[in-house]
Amino acid sequence: MANIISDETIEYVGILAKLELSDAEKEQAKSDMGKMLDYIDKLGELDTEGVEPMSHVFPVQNVFREDTVTNGDTREELLANAPEQKDGMFVVPKTFA
Amino acid sequence: MAKEYETVIGLEVHVELATKTKIFCGCSTAFGAEPNTQTCPVCTGMPGSLPVLNRQVLEYAISVGLATNCDITRYAKFDRKNYFYPDNPQNYQISQLYLPICKNGGVEIETEAGGVKTVGIHEIHMEEDAGKLIHDEWEDCSLVDYNRSGVPLIEIVSEPDMRSAEEVIAYLEKLRLIIQYLGASDCKLQEGSMRADVNLSVREAGATEFGTRTEMKNLNSFKAISRAIAGETERQIDLIESGEKVVQETRRWDDAKGESYAMRSKEDAQDYRYFPDPDLVPIAVSDEMIAQIKARQPEFRTEKMKRYKEEFGIPDYDIEIITASKHMADIFEAATAICGQPKKVSNWLMVETLRLMKEKEVDVEDLRFSPENLAKLIALTDAKAINSSVAKEVFEVMFEENVDPEKYVEEKGLKTVNDEGALRKTVEEVIAANPQSVEDYHNGKEKAIGFLVGQTMKAMKGKADPALVNRMLKELL
Amino acid sequence: MSITDMTAVQLAEAIRAGRTTAVEATEAVLTRIEAQDKIYNCYVTVDADGALAQAKEAQARIEAGELTGALAGVPVAIKDNMCTEGMLTTCSSKILYNFVPAYTAEAVLNLRKAGAIILGKTNMDEFAMGSTTETSAFGVTRNPWNTDHVPGGSSGGSAAAVAADECFYALGSDTGGSIRQPAAYCGTVGMKPTYGTVSRYGLIAYGSSLDQIGPLTKDVTDCAAVLEAIASHDEKDSTSVAREDTDFTAALIDDVKDMRIGIPNDYFGDGLDGEVKEAVLAAAKALEERGAVVEHFDLSLVEYAIPTYYTIAAAEASSNLERFDGIKYGYRTKDYAGLHNMYKRSRSEGFGEEVKRRIMLGSFVLSSGYYDAYYLKALRVKALIKKAFDEAFARYDVILGPVAPATAPKLGESLADPIKMYLGDIYTIAVNLAGLPGISLPCGTDRNGLPIGLQLIGDCFQEKKLIRTAYTYEKIRGAFPKTAKEVG
Repeated sequence: MANIISDETIEYVGILAKLELSDAEKEQAKSDMGKMLDYIDKLGELDTEGVEPMSHVFPVQNVFREDTVTNGDTREELLANAPEQKDGMFVVPKTFA
Repeated sequence: MAKEYETVIGLEVHVELATKTKIFCGCSTAFGAEPNTQTCPVCTGMPGSLPVLNRQVLEYAISVGLATNCDITRYAKFDRKNYFYPDNPQNYQISQLYLPICKNGGVEIETEAGGVKTVGIHEIHMEEDAGKLIHDEWEDCSLVDYNRSGVPLIEIVSEPDMRSAEEVIAYLEKLRLIIQYLGASDCKLQEGSMRADVNLSVREAGATEFGTRTEMKNLNSFKAISRAIAGETERQIDLIESGEKVVQETRRWDDAKGESYAMRSKEDAQDYRYFPDPDLVPIAVSDEMIAQIKARQPEFRTEKMKRYKEEFGIPDYDIEIITASKHMADIFEAATAICGQPKKVSNWLMVETLRLMKEKEVDVEDLRFSPENLAKLIALTDAKAINSSVAKEVFEVMFEENVDPEKYVEEKGLKTVNDEGALRKTVEEVIAANPQSVEDYHNGKEKAIGFLVGQTMKAMKGKADPALVNRMLKELL
Repeated sequence: MSITDMTAVQLAEAIRAGRTTAVEATEAVLTRIEAQDKIYNCYVTVDADGALAQAKEAQARIEAGELTGALAGVPVAIKDNMCTEGMLTTCSSKILYNFVPAYTAEAVLNLRKAGAIILGKTNMDEFAMGSTTETSAFGVTRNPWNTDHVPGGSSGGSAAAVAADECFYALGSDTGGSIRQPAAYCGTVGMKPTYGTVSRYGLIAYGSSLDQIGPLTKDVTDCAAVLEAIASHDEKDSTSVAREDTDFTAALIDDVKDMRIGIPNDYFGDGLDGEVKEAVLAAAKALEERGAVVEHFDLSLVEYAIPTYYTIAAAEASSNLERFDGIKYGYRTKDYAGLHNMYKRSRSEGFGEEVKRRIMLGSFVLSSGYYDAYYLKALRVKALIKKAFDEAFARYDVILGPVAPATAPKLGESLADPIKMYLGDIYTIAVNLAGLPGISLPCGTDRNGLPIGLQLIGDCFQEKKLIRTAYTYEKIRGAFPKTAKEVG
C-alpha cells in the first residue's frame, strides 16, 4: 500500500507551507513523503476506537494572566531585526492591488 | 412570470473586547498609539515567545455567552488557524475551532411585522486580532503595524436564520446592546471594534435546501451592510436567472462603488490546518466560575426600564429611547445623579439630543457631551442665568465640542441681564419706538405685547428673562 | 589536573575556596576553544569579551558573598535555539543567520541568576531536526572521541563541547532524544526533564508539546545541580508546572536498595548492536548487585512511537516555523515578485533540506482530508503509549535500556536515508511523547573506543529516582575515561 504523491499534492503542500521547490527537489519530496506516509501508515495496525486524542500530556488546566499592562514601548528593539523598515513599521511587498 | 426568491443570511460578528491588555500578553490595547509601540515578543511572533491567556477575555466571553442563552463549554481549547499574511505575525492565528467556549444560543429580535423571532447563535469563540496593513503609495509597498495584533476578539457565529437586511440590523443592534450593557466592548462599527461578515445565499421561495453561499467582508456601517445585502442578493439572483452558478467564495464589499469583488488568489488555499495549540492549556469551566460571572452580570435593559419607571417616574416612551443605548442610559443616570432632576435630563435627551443626532447624522455611541456638563446646563437654566433659547444654543456647542457651559456662557457673555434698571431703560425705549403696538395693546389686543417682548429681547441680544420683560411691559403700559 | 578537567561543581567549589577564580576558569576554557574548535566546531558563536566581563562581575560578587550557589562563576555553553539578549541566535539555520534577540530564554536567565558565565552558542541540527548535527547550516560538529564520527544530535555542539572540555557544562533541548543521544555518543551525562519542569520561554520551538530544555554535563552531580538551577515555574509558559521537589541534588545518594528496575524486552531486539546490548545489561547487573530489583518485561507499542512522533513533531513544526517569513527578522531573499513569491523564496532559500522535509510532511498531515487519518490517529496512539508507560511505572521505579541502537556513526552516513536515521531514535522518542524524564550516562566503550550510553527513564516528576540510580551506577562504574585524543 505504497503512498504515491502526485505533482498536484506537492504543488498544493508548497502553497500551504510557502515553499518553492525545483523540479529535482519536487521529485525527491514526492519520494520522501511517500516513504514517510508508508511508514506512518503502520499506525493503522492499531485499534484506537474509543481512544481520546491526547493533545496535552498532563492535565494542566486554567493557566491565566491578569488583565494588567506590563509591557511598554519597545519598538526600537522590535524593528532592530527587520530586513526592511519605514516609519516605525515593517515593510512588506504590496498586499492589495 | 418572475420567480420569487428568499435571501438566507447568517452573520459572523467579531467584537473587540474591552480589556486593558491583549489576549496573550501584557501589551496595552489602547486605540490610536504610534505604530508598533504597543508590542512585545509575543504579539509580534518573535521566536521562542509563548502565549498566556488573559483571564478577563475568558470572563467576557462567558458573560456574552450567558447573556445570549448559550451553553458554556466546560472543557474548551485553543486551536491554531494556519495561513500566511503579513498582518498575522506568527502566520497562524490562535482561535477556537474544535471546542469553542460557547455554543447553541440565540437572541430574540423584533420583526418588521411586529412579531418576535429568535436568531440562533451557533457558537462564540475567542481569538486574537491581526495587525494593521497600511499601503504606502510612494514606495508601492505595504507597512505593518502590530499594535492591534493580539487584541482580544470574540467571534459570534449565528445560524442562517435571517431573511432580510432589516432582520440583520435588528440582530446586530440587539447584540450590540447586550454586549455594551455587559461592558464587554464598546461595539463601534466605524472604529472596527464590531465587525460583521455576512454569509448570504438565495433560494427559490419555498425551497428547503440552502443555496450556495458567499461570505462578504469589509462592512463598516449598518448602511453598508444593508447595501451589501441588497447588492449580493441581486448578484446571486442574476447569476441563477442567467443559468450560472454561485461560487462559494469570500468577497470584499466596496461601499463607495456599491459592488463587491472576489478575494480569491492561487496562493490562498483556504485550508487552515487547524490543530490544538500545544502552547496553551485547556480551559476547564467550573460551576463556581459560571456562578461568579452570573453574579457579576450587570443590570440588563428590562431591569433598567423597570427601575427607571419606579425611581425616576419618566414617561415610558422616554425610558424606551434612553435604555436602547447603554451609552445614553449612562449619560442619563450620571447627569441625574448630579442635578437630581430626571425629568429635565430626560427632556434634553429626548428633544434636543435626538434632534441634533438626526440633523448631524451622529450615532448614539458617538455622543460627546458629558453628563457633568449637561447637569451644569440644567443648573444654569434653573438659576435663570440663561434663558431657554440661549440654553439650546449652548447645548448645540456642547453637542459638538463638549464645552463647559458655565465657562462658555461667561466667555461669550450670554448671561441673562438681571439688572432691572438697564432692562427698564430698554423697555421704555421699545415702548417709545412702537406707538402703534402700544395703542393696539390699550385697545385690548393682548397679542401686541408679544411683539413688544420680542423687540425687547432683540434689543437685549436675547440675554433677558422673557417673563421678566413681559411683567415689566405690562407694568409700564 | 588542568582547570578545564574539573566538573562544574568542582570548579565552583574551587572558586569559592579561592583556589582559582571565575576569570581564570573562563580564560582557560576560552583558550581551549581557541585551540580546538577549528576542529570540532562545537560553537556557532563564541562571546569571549562578554564571557570575560561576566566572569569579572561574577568573581566580584562571589568575593562579596552575594553569589553562593553551586554553579557560581562557572562557564556554560548554550544550544543555539535558546534566545540570548544581544547575542546571535540562529538555530543553526540560514533563515536566522543574523537574528539577535531582544530577550533571554527563562532557563538561561535562571543560570545567569545562579552566576553562570555564558561562553557562547553551540551548533545543532537546523531547528533541532536531526540526529547528527550534520543538518546545521554552519558546518558539521565532530565527535571529540573520533573526529570521523558525528557527535549525535540535535544538541551535538553542546555534547561535544562538554566532552572536549570547551565548557564546564551545557544546555541542550530534547524533542525526541536530542539531549540523551548526543550525550551517549560523546560520553557525557544528559537529561531530559519531565515536560513542564524547565520553562520553554525563549526556546525556539520545534515540537512544542515535546520540547524540553535540559543539562549536558560531565557527571551526574553536575546534572542534578544544573537541573536544580534551571527548573522553575514560569508564568510566561502556560505549560510550565509548579513543582515543590526541584532540590534535585538531594537525590545524589549512593544507594539503590529495593529500587525496582524494569528492562523492556522490546528495547533489546534485532536492531540493537551487540556491544551496546552487553554494556547496558552489564550496568543493570551491577545495579542489581547493589540491591536493586531488576526484571525484564514487555513495554509494548515501541515500534509505533517513531511514526507517532514524526507525525506530531512534523505537524507542530510546520506551524511553529511559519513565523520565519522574511518580514520581521532573519533572511529575506534578494529577488522576488510580490508577497507570496517573497515568502516562498525566502523560506526555500533559508531552510535546509531536512527542515523542508518535515515542514512539508507536517503541512500535509494537517491538511484538509488528512487531519483525522494522520494527526488525530497519532494523538490517539500517543494516548496508548502514555498508558503503556503508566502501567509499567505501576510496577517499576525506573526503566533501563540503551539510548541508541549503536554508537556514533561516521560523518556522512546518516542523511542519505532519512527513515533509517529516524529509526535511530527508537529508544528515546517515546519518553517525549509521554512527557517523561530520561537520563543518559556513559556505561562503556565499543571496539572503536566510542562511548556507549545507558538510558534510565522515570515516571513523570520522578527525576530524583533517576538521579539516585544514575549516581549509584556512576559510583560503581568509576571515573569514565576522557576523550581518546587530547588536542591542542
